[in-house]
Amino acid sequence: MSKDWPLWEVFVRAKGGMSHRHVGSVHAPDAEIALRHARDTYTRRMEGVSLWVVPSAQIVASDPADDGPMFEPAEDKIYRHPTFYDIPDDVKHI
Amino acid sequence: MYTTEMQKTAQVVSAEDPEKLAAFEARVAADEFIEPKDWMPEAYRRTLTRQISQHAHSEIVGMLPEGNWITRAPSLRRKAILLAKVQDEAGHGLYLYSAAETLGTSREEMIEALHSGKAKYSTIFNYPTLIWADIGAIGWLVDGAAIMNQVPLQRTSYGPYARAMVRVCKEESFHQRQGYEIMMHLAAGTPEQKRMAQDALDRWWWPSLMMFGPTDDNSPNTAQSMRWRIKRDTNDELRQKFVDITKPQADAIGLTVPDPDLRWNEEKGGHDFGAVDWEEFYAVVRGEGPVARERMKARREAWESNAWVREAAVAHAEKRAAREAA
Ligand SMILES: [Fe+2]
Ligand SMILES: [Fe+2]
Repeated sequence: MSKDWPLWEVFVRAKGGMSHRHVGSVHAPDAEIALRHARDTYTRRMEGVSLWVVPSAQIVASDPADDGPMFEPAEDKIYRHPTFYDIPDDVKHI
Repeated sequence: MYTTEMQKTAQVVSAEDPEKLAAFEARVAADEFIEPKDWMPEAYRRTLTRQISQHAHSEIVGMLPEGNWITRAPSLRRKAILLAKVQDEAGHGLYLYSAAETLGTSREEMIEALHSGKAKYSTIFNYPTLIWADIGAIGWLVDGAAIMNQVPLQRTSYGPYARAMVRVCKEESFHQRQGYEIMMHLAAGTPEQKRMAQDALDRWWWPSLMMFGPTDDNSPNTAQSMRWRIKRDTNDELRQKFVDITKPQADAIGLTVPDPDLRWNEEKGGHDFGAVDWEEFYAVVRGEGPVARERMKARREAWESNAWVREAAVAHAEKRAAREAA
C-alpha cells in the first residue's frame, strides 16, 4: 500500500474565453494544497488565468478495449457533416 | 544521457499474447501513441518505467549542483535566474514522476529506489560545482546536451512521456541560454574571469559528452528501444550532433574545447573528436563519481528533515475533513 498523497488531475484555462485543458497531475493531501502545487508546477510562465484540480480517483474513463463499440458507430453517419450535402455553387449563404 | 540505458542485457521476453503483441508493434511502428490504459508488453512497461524514472531522478538530483550556488550568485539578477532554473528542474522531475506513475509504479517506490541507491541517474550530476563559472558551463553544456536528447523524445511512443517532454523542452531553452550568457560575460571579462570560464569548460566538456551514454556498439538495447520509439536517435548520433553544434559556440566567445583531436572533417560533414574516457564513465555509473555520496546524502537529508512538513499537511487535511464531516 502506497503512502503517497492522493493524485489530482490539473486543468488550466489559458485565457478568458477558453476551456480548461488537462495539463498533468500532482499529489496533495487536500484540495487546497493540490491547487498550490498545481500553480507551482504548471503555471510558472503565465500559462493560465484559472486552475481546476480534480481527484484522479473521481474520473470515470472509457475503456480502450471498448473503443470500437464506443466510437465506431459515428463513422458511418457522415450525413451529420455539412459536406455530405451537394448544393449547387450558385446557391449562396448556405 | 538523462536516460542512459545501463542495462547490459537485452531481454525481450515473448511470453506475451502474440496477437496483441503484433497489434501493439504495428501501432508503434505507425507512430501512434500508447496511452496508460492501452495494452502493452511487460518489457515495454518495464523499460519505460526505468527510463522515465531515471530521467525524473536526474532532474531532481540535478538541482543539487546548481542549488549549491544560489546563495552565492554574483548578482541579484543571476540569483533570480538561477532560482527560476532550479525551480524548473523540480517541475521537470514532477512531470516525469507523474508520467512514470501512469505505468503502475508509485512515486514512493521510485523515491525509495533513488534514496537507497538502487536507481540510477545521470552521471553528470556526480561532478562538483567548484566555481561560479561551473553554473555557466552546466547551463550551456549540460542543459544543451539534455535538449539534444529530449527534443526527439517529444515524439516518443508513450503519450504521457511525450507530453511531459513537450513541456520540458519549452522550458529548457532558457536554461541553456542563461548558462551561455554567464560564460559569454566571463570570457569577455578580466583575464582571471576568462580563465575561470575556460577552467569550467575544461572540466565539464568530457562529462557532457558522456551524458549521451556508451558508444553504439556498447548499447545492446538501442535497437529495441528505437523500434519501440522510446529512443529516436543513437547515442553516437546525438554525441556527434552535440559536438558539431557546441564547438562553434565555444569559438564565438574565445574559449577552447579541451580536445586536441577535435577538427572539422569536410568529407563527413562533421567534426572528428578524441576518445571519451569510458573507464571514467563506467566508474561514475558504478557510483564512484567525485561527489556521488554527497549527492545521495543531501537528497536523503532533504527528504527526512522535511518529513514533518508532509506529516503536518496530512494532519491538517485529516482534521479539516473530520470537522467537515461533523
Ligand atoms: Fe530539466
Ligand atoms: Fe534544464
